[in-house]
Amino acid sequence: MAITRREFVRGGVAAFTVGFAAPAFISDLARAQGRAQRNLVILYLSGGNDALSTLIPYTDSQYYARRPTLGIPAANVLQIGSDRNGQALGLHPRLTGLKSIFDAGRLAIVQRTGYPNSSRSHFQGTDIWSTADPSSPSGTGWLGRYLDLLPSPLDPLTAWSTVRETPRTLLARTVGVPSIPSVAGYAFASPNTPTDAAFARDSALRIASHLPADQPHLAFVNSTAQGAFATLDRVAQVNTYVSTLTYPNNGFAQALRAIAGAIAKGIGTKVFWVQTGGYDTHATQGTNPANGAYTQLMATLGDGVAAFYRDLENQGLLRDTLILQFSEFSRRITENSSSGTDHGAAGLMLAIGGTVRGGLYGTAARLNPTPDNQTLENNGADVRFETDFRSVYSKVIDSWLGADANAILGGDFRAGAPNIL
Amino acid sequence: MARGREQHIEHLLRRAAFGATEEDVARYANMPYVAAVERLLTYDNIPDEVDGKIGQPGYVGVTARAANGFQPQANIDDARQRWLFRMVHSQRPLQEKMALFWHNHFATAYSKISGTFNGTEATRMLASKPSDDPDRVVGQYELFRQNALGNFRELMIAVAKDPAMLVWLDGRLNVRGRPQENFARELMELFTMGVGTFQETDVYAGARVFTGWNLARPNNGYYAFSYVAAQHDTDAKEFSFPIYPNGSRVIGGRAAAQGMQDGLDLIDAVVRHPATGPRLARKLYDFFMNETDTPDQALIQDVARIYYESGYEIKPMVRRLLTSSQFHEDRNFYKRYSWPVEFVARSLKEVGWSGFSLANTLTPLLNMGQQLFEPPDVAGWELGRGWFSTGGMLARMNFAAQLASNQKFNLRDLARPVGKSPESLLSFVLDRLTPNDYAPSAYNALLDYARAGISNWTGSDDQLATKTSGLVHLVVGSGDYQLV
Repeated sequence: MAITRREFVRGGVAAFTVGFAAPAFISDLARAQGRAQRNLVILYLSGGNDALSTLIPYTDSQYYARRPTLGIPAANVLQIGSDRNGQALGLHPRLTGLKSIFDAGRLAIVQRTGYPNSSRSHFQGTDIWSTADPSSPSGTGWLGRYLDLLPSPLDPLTAWSTVRETPRTLLARTVGVPSIPSVAGYAFASPNTPTDAAFARDSALRIASHLPADQPHLAFVNSTAQGAFATLDRVAQVNTYVSTLTYPNNGFAQALRAIAGAIAKGIGTKVFWVQTGGYDTHATQGTNPANGAYTQLMATLGDGVAAFYRDLENQGLLRDTLILQFSEFSRRITENSSSGTDHGAAGLMLAIGGTVRGGLYGTAARLNPTPDNQTLENNGADVRFETDFRSVYSKVIDSWLGADANAILGGDFRAGAPNIL
Repeated sequence: MARGREQHIEHLLRRAAFGATEEDVARYANMPYVAAVERLLTYDNIPDEVDGKIGQPGYVGVTARAANGFQPQANIDDARQRWLFRMVHSQRPLQEKMALFWHNHFATAYSKISGTFNGTEATRMLASKPSDDPDRVVGQYELFRQNALGNFRELMIAVAKDPAMLVWLDGRLNVRGRPQENFARELMELFTMGVGTFQETDVYAGARVFTGWNLARPNNGYYAFSYVAAQHDTDAKEFSFPIYPNGSRVIGGRAAAQGMQDGLDLIDAVVRHPATGPRLARKLYDFFMNETDTPDQALIQDVARIYYESGYEIKPMVRRLLTSSQFHEDRNFYKRYSWPVEFVARSLKEVGWSGFSLANTLTPLLNMGQQLFEPPDVAGWELGRGWFSTGGMLARMNFAAQLASNQKFNLRDLARPVGKSPESLLSFVLDRLTPNDYAPSAYNALLDYARAGISNWTGSDDQLATKTSGLVHLVVGSGDYQLV
């Protein structure tokens, strides 16, 4: 029986000794690491992105037959060529920023990524993509296991989550990943003068340093406070970051701006997590109208990523950075009666960065719902996976992080890996 | 370590209420423990008059975010403040506590509803109470308050017809021929049986069951549940688990006019399902008893037994937990991770609120990870350890600093009789704030702070203003205080 995320957090994590390195180590570790390093930014589209609205098979008549209101007219898509089967494909009309990155050869699109017997549950699906373990999606995340393999003591800023909860992907056995949703708010306040505040901070750090083995719940909470003290001075440096362009004024783009600041300031972080939501488009999906819901999602995604890409490019940091995008599942091919789409199966992954081999990887599904169509599943309702998502992870672990993919993924997925790096 | 009578009452009120003021403790400590539990459980005997105290002197303040005065039925930030006010001041605190439990269980977010209609309509759907509204609209949260310790089957039916839920999980769009799966999936996965107890085919069949359970707006006055017979799928629906007590797995074909019964049959089935009682019992156990240690399976099974034997009544399940011998055992003290709103309400009750507005809690709560009426998704908030991250913990520490700063002079005045020494001041602060006993290293850190920067302790007003607020900041912001 599957274990929900909630049950895991209550039960499973208790067995782990999650803690933060003592502050005394920090400055030395950060110095030793220097700035020149590879950064990995995981980009999660929360809710299940409708891949057929991101990358449109605009010459497949079944696409329009099955999506009478949601189908994006061929005339509007941003054409990017054909896959190896000759299926012509185009990006959503609002993804102009990603189109220019594609044209520069730095956007890889891996079609039909997924795994056998795809879960249609948001929570189980997210856990599967996070743990890289469809059969037992509990325990540490795939990047948490990467962190666990790094030499200890690990600098607690090695990873940085820009959302308030630590995502399971970054859940590690040996280190707690800091959540830093706002750089400006990540500071220690006091009701008194700066002199007294310094006494208070000293005392608070001592209280947080109590990590009793027989009270793991208290040790865990204290370790988060300890982690805050160990990281807040360096995070404060990002406050002074001046970007080379203005990012869009939304939470997603501002999170990317903070990541660019952390990379530029060289504070030592290797793995970042950023996400943007609203992809659970069961109703009034709005793929077409200028202000439709999905069009807005694409605007947020494309404009934010494009600003981040240009900012890093302007600073000569593009070759240090790789963005890897996923979502927990894609959506049903046939639109529902509410001009939306229900939970589906295989979707697409994007990889963006200065060393990415851009282009189209894998093949598009044929959308005719006939029994002989092996590119579909669920009686022709959903897209069947072609590339196991773990093979993409495998490529990133081996070729970007320089770690052993087989050790981290618990199996060999190198054979099917798209050559995106 | 033996705990005294007052500490048992404080424990009860941290769990079954939102902490306690000194007056609360005194009131409950005067009655036998079982009577204290019954007072909390049978709140129908106590008038629901907390809203009348909003804006009155002596209570925590609110600051209207609506343009034309405080409008908790129309402005979501005002609705959030009213809920927090009730947590701090209601004489029926267990009702508010259970309403919060159901809000997490049936997690529905304002943003989708306001995006579908508008903010005023969304607040009305979520937070209106009948006396607020010309059409006597009962918002979803008022539904939770009305059924807080009621019958789970009745609550589940009411939620299935709740306008906010019909928008949130798209039931309003679920029609014959093109069923909407959203509600049927979460009914089974999150609201009742749990993941792993059903098949994908059950989701598809369940969606067809609820076709026609839509939303209407009679006379354009307000949105309400409407069964639209013409939109109902009248064919039979087959499930992988029994629907009827005789074991039948098929909801037979019905004429459209009688088709609403399909949904009631399925709700009966999932409420009766053998996985539902234990799942709810475990959630209540985690909420009231202990969420850090290996759960007491025997007790959970007994609570589940009560669920079935009582015909799905919630009150006797909660009574079983609060009156169990285990509830008083030392190993179950301070074994829950407080939710951000619990943390805020408790700290207001223990630190003080004079001159403080609940509007000042809205941004801190967002930073702690809990905005009322805005759960992250339909699974609710990530509870337990999920609340705690460096950013979330820092937000709690900084709220402690904000409240201590706001209450600086009230605290100074309270501390005057006990300010003879740093030790006596610290003792006063710990007694007022009711954290678990600190480890010696942490206690010494607090004492060293009280002494720091003061070469000659006189207990002067200046010293007390600084060090009382400073100690309150440190205690409320400490890891120990986050456990309740």
